[in-house]
Amino acid sequence: MTQALFGQLLVGLINGSFYALLSLGLAIIFGLLDVVNFAHGAQYMMGAFAAWMGLQYLGIGYWWALLLAPAAMGVLGAAVERLLLRRLRGLDPLYGLLLTFGLTLIAEGLFHQAYGNSGYSYPVPAALRGGVNLGFMYLPLYRAWVVAVSLVVCTASWFVIERTRLGAYLRAGTENPRLLQAFGVNVPLMFTLTYGFGVALAAFTGVMAAPVYQVTPLMGSSLIIVVFAVVVIGGMGSIAGSIVTGLGLGVVEGLTRYLYPEASSVVIFVIMALVLLVRPAGLFGRQR
Amino acid sequence: MTAPATRDTPSAAGPAAVDGPRLAGRLRSPRTWGWGALVLLGLAAPYLVYPVFAMNVLCLALFASAFNLLLGYAGLLSFGHAAFLGASAYATGAAVKLAGLPPELAVLCGTSVAALLGWVFGSLAIRRSGISFAMITLGFAQLVYFLVVQMAWTGGEDGLQGISRGRALGIVDLAEPHRMYYFVFAAFLAGFWLIHRTIDSPFGHVLRAIRENEPRALSLGYAVESYKLVAFVLSAALSGLAGALKAVVLQFASLSDVHWHRSGEVILMTLLGGMGTPLGPSVGALLVVSLENYLVDAGSWVTVITGGVFVLCVLVFRRGIVGEVRALVRRSFLGVAR
Repeated sequence: MTQALFGQLLVGLINGSFYALLSLGLAIIFGLLDVVNFAHGAQYMMGAFAAWMGLQYLGIGYWWALLLAPAAMGVLGAAVERLLLRRLRGLDPLYGLLLTFGLTLIAEGLFHQAYGNSGYSYPVPAALRGGVNLGFMYLPLYRAWVVAVSLVVCTASWFVIERTRLGAYLRAGTENPRLLQAFGVNVPLMFTLTYGFGVALAAFTGVMAAPVYQVTPLMGSSLIIVVFAVVVIGGMGSIAGSIVTGLGLGVVEGLTRYLYPEASSVVIFVIMALVLLVRPAGLFGRQR
Repeated sequence: MTAPATRDTPSAAGPAAVDGPRLAGRLRSPRTWGWGALVLLGLAAPYLVYPVFAMNVLCLALFASAFNLLLGYAGLLSFGHAAFLGASAYATGAAVKLAGLPPELAVLCGTSVAALLGWVFGSLAIRRSGISFAMITLGFAQLVYFLVVQMAWTGGEDGLQGISRGRALGIVDLAEPHRMYYFVFAAFLAGFWLIHRTIDSPFGHVLRAIRENEPRALSLGYAVESYKLVAFVLSAALSGLAGALKAVVLQFASLSDVHWHRSGEVILMTLLGGMGTPLGPSVGALLVVSLENYLVDAGSWVTVITGGVFVLCVLVFRRGIVGEVRALVRRSFLGVAR
């Protein structure tokens, strides 16, 4: 009884960690570039696939994958910003959404063509196998690792953005990029690096998720729609808000899966509707 | 819901009743001849191409035109229009299969379901604008998708199959493809005319004003939210009409009709053909349906090519085919500098 409840809460916390990491990346990119990165889900999927392919073809293990996959995807992301997204500066932000949607279709189509519908499983790294019995439940080590890492990454990102000089540039760029450029900061470069960092974060999340979920070409697209709802619920523009909302909604989803499993896939969208009804700007958002 | 269009009429356009000399003038204008030719082409279509293909194109053209009413004229990007197409298709199927309604009433039933859904989703979604609006509509569409997957009567992964076409008005047997085609064509013309009429009406001009500058429209005293909502419901209802027709034509409703790929596809049709142009979405629908038909054996390459066309449209081709042609015509014949 309680075993099942805590089990679902843990699953919820894991999902929530991924929601938090992904919505953090979305929030950083949107804040500075005014682009809703639809491709975030595809980039997450590619991160997971990069880890899987690294292990399969090159024998690169989990720990190196955790470093190399985000780095490679970050470079790819920077190239996408430099070559494609930059051309849309100054246009309606909807075009950014549509462009990244097109990129999503290309990436998913290519991976689907190459790897089909079936999922590939990625082994849990040796150091994180097994688990501990907490008395009221069994805690697999890898799951604890996922939650801990996501908390550390989210807190570190929050600290960098809110409390350091680099973060101050980022926030200034969000507020007024032209003025910041007049102060001698290379804003176009900052855009490229920020997008690259957001993509790297998505790929990092993908590598983290590879041992938990099946690695499939479509693993990102269903997730990204939920993450969009999470962003709407949390409200745009608050880094801390997106982290808290992500984790919280994961837990709510887990709780629903325990209490009323049929509703677990829709509960986040229902909450989105309720939040729009009561607090249209989102829980942590400013109306803009 | 009161129609706010009648309350404040901008001076720009109020198409008056067509009287004698104006009718003669209209008959002489190339525009009238162009539309006439298109209607003739539509009438001849089932004898030129495979009727089911033509009907599929018409349904999706109506869907894209309804979508364009929202994106092209009100400036609202809905990323969840598949919800209306799909929900209506399933409702129509249920009306035929479970309630035994004749096709015209079943189509009406599906359209009303879509309109109602549009009203609910629309009134929530318009509380946020721009990019959030797109994300919210996408979320609601996913909600509908999961509901359809889970409910027992929809047939889950298999879809709702075996919707019989029946007899329209109790006399016309729609099992015959050409009769079915003209039934669809009549509904398409009605829907298309309604969209066209809306765009040219004072209401449509206010929508454009909202698209161009929402704060100004608000400060001029227009009830911006009601305008947006009416446009959203109208667009949802007409998308529903398209979905209902599609269900009757193909005799099934499937999960792909509620999937977010379908929402992306309608954006592509509108973008490719030319958003904000009356004919663009239909041209886009014809191209996209032809492409998908042609590449039916190509597997996931269809998705890749669709994505590529998307990227090209956004980067170099934002006016779409009809928009580019129109700009070209204006530049070369009318001497409008731009």
